[in-house]
Amino acid sequence: MAHERNKNDVKYVGDSRVKVRKEKLYPKPYSEYPGKTEPFFPNFLLKEWMAAVVFLGAFMVLVVSHPAPLEATPADPNDTSYIPLPDWYFLFLYQFLKYFPSGTAVWGAVIIPGFFALLFLLAPWLDRKPDRRPSKRPIATSLMLIVVAGIVFLTYEAVVQHKAQVEAMEASAAQHAQQAAPAPAPQDQGTTATFDPEAAYMQSCSACHGQDLAGTAAAPSLIALNLTVDEVVDIITNGRSGSQGVMPPGMFSGTEEQKKQLAEWVLSHQ
Amino acid sequence: MIQKVYDWLDERLDLSPIWRDIADHEVPEHVNPAHHFSAFVYCFGGLTFFTVVIQILSGMFLAMFYAPDIVNAFNSVKYLQTEVSFGYIVRGMHHWGASVVIVMLFLHTLRVFFTGAYKAPREMNWVVGVLLFAVILGLGFTGYLLPWDNKAYFATKVGLQIAEVVPVLGPYVKHFLAGGDIVGAETITRFFAIHVFFLPAILLLLLGVHFILIRRQGIAGPL
Repeated sequence: MAHERNKNDVKYVGDSRVKVRKEKLYPKPYSEYPGKTEPFFPNFLLKEWMAAVVFLGAFMVLVVSHPAPLEATPADPNDTSYIPLPDWYFLFLYQFLKYFPSGTAVWGAVIIPGFFALLFLLAPWLDRKPDRRPSKRPIATSLMLIVVAGIVFLTYEAVVQHKAQVEAMEASAAQHAQQAAPAPAPQDQGTTATFDPEAAYMQSCSACHGQDLAGTAAAPSLIALNLTVDEVVDIITNGRSGSQGVMPPGMFSGTEEQKKQLAEWVLSHQ
Repeated sequence: MIQKVYDWLDERLDLSPIWRDIADHEVPEHVNPAHHFSAFVYCFGGLTFFTVVIQILSGMFLAMFYAPDIVNAFNSVKYLQTEVSFGYIVRGMHHWGASVVIVMLFLHTLRVFFTGAYKAPREMNWVVGVLLFAVILGLGFTGYLLPWDNKAYFATKVGLQIAEVVPVLGPYVKHFLAGGDIVGAETITRFFAIHVFFLPAILLLLLGVHFILIRRQGIAGPL
């Protein structure tokens, strides 16, 4: 039996059961706004792509000039002296938590940040007058400015405090080392007992060749060198000019014996 | 030839309206930096998306070398960083891109906030954007553990201790993320799965909704 149709029948969208609604929230076409509009493709997208290329160029300069950091050794869960530091965008939360004694940590970790997150999520319903200019919405604008200033301040404090902590830790470690060896041997003594090639590398070479010997933008990698001990000693003493520029002579000034040990230590990284 | 293939497909799939909607919509003057240089603030959202694309592509290549277990994770990252051709560039893009995404996202959020673009009828797109912000922070947190050096390990340990503070749910959340009582072998596989499968899936879904809503509602008019 065929469907009986009359004028009062409900209309549907396509072959669905969704009824056709008369009024929809279509946005105003931009031809109704004053000014010069242009099509998204290709006119606007081409300009946007040019801006993106400039951005990409700057980004790649950053990437190539600053290799991503990686520590020299894998994680050691037993290392009790390591001072933890979250990535920079979590620092403000980490710092905020420090102001709460352990019994009230739930306020610093959950309740107060959660309250701000909820305000943030519900902003369109808290700030519902039609005015859009920041100056016409003093409460919303000033609240956001205060929060942003607070985040900047907390991040700054976290960095400063972390630096102080690391310095204090290093100072106390150095003190312990001194107590363990109360009479440090003079540098020119050249005995194998007091010379630590790794420490010498960290002091004299790591700034350019990297703490993990993997090289930096300033100097090449020292891993798997195809050189003899004598050749390396010669480079340490006299410097050389290579593909990444010139290594100046005398970057490490020790005895011949110490240079030899340093060279052997470097060549042990294959 | 190409025209014929297109016509054949268009006849069956009605392709034209889909791409014409994306291609032909008008971009108004007040968001176009070519007309008003100060309109560059409207580029932050697009640049956030651009950086997300960089993250996805560089991440796909990192995954070709990365081994998510406590013995090999660090060594595979080190191998990639020091031995693989251009490995340090791809890893550098992913490392710095993670920070650039946050910066761009923050700037985009502030632009939307201060221009009041979240007001009716665009409330739901603000909510989707806040969820995107949370997902991207989650990607940052889970990705930070994966190189498995001390910095990664202890930051994650602290992060999970903070998660544990949450009333009622905290211990469950911590156990779900860590896969046990300590940060260890189970944690790194979970973080890897969350970082590479769960969160990117949610991210792409929310991004799709974010863009569809922009096309549906149009962008907010001039101030």
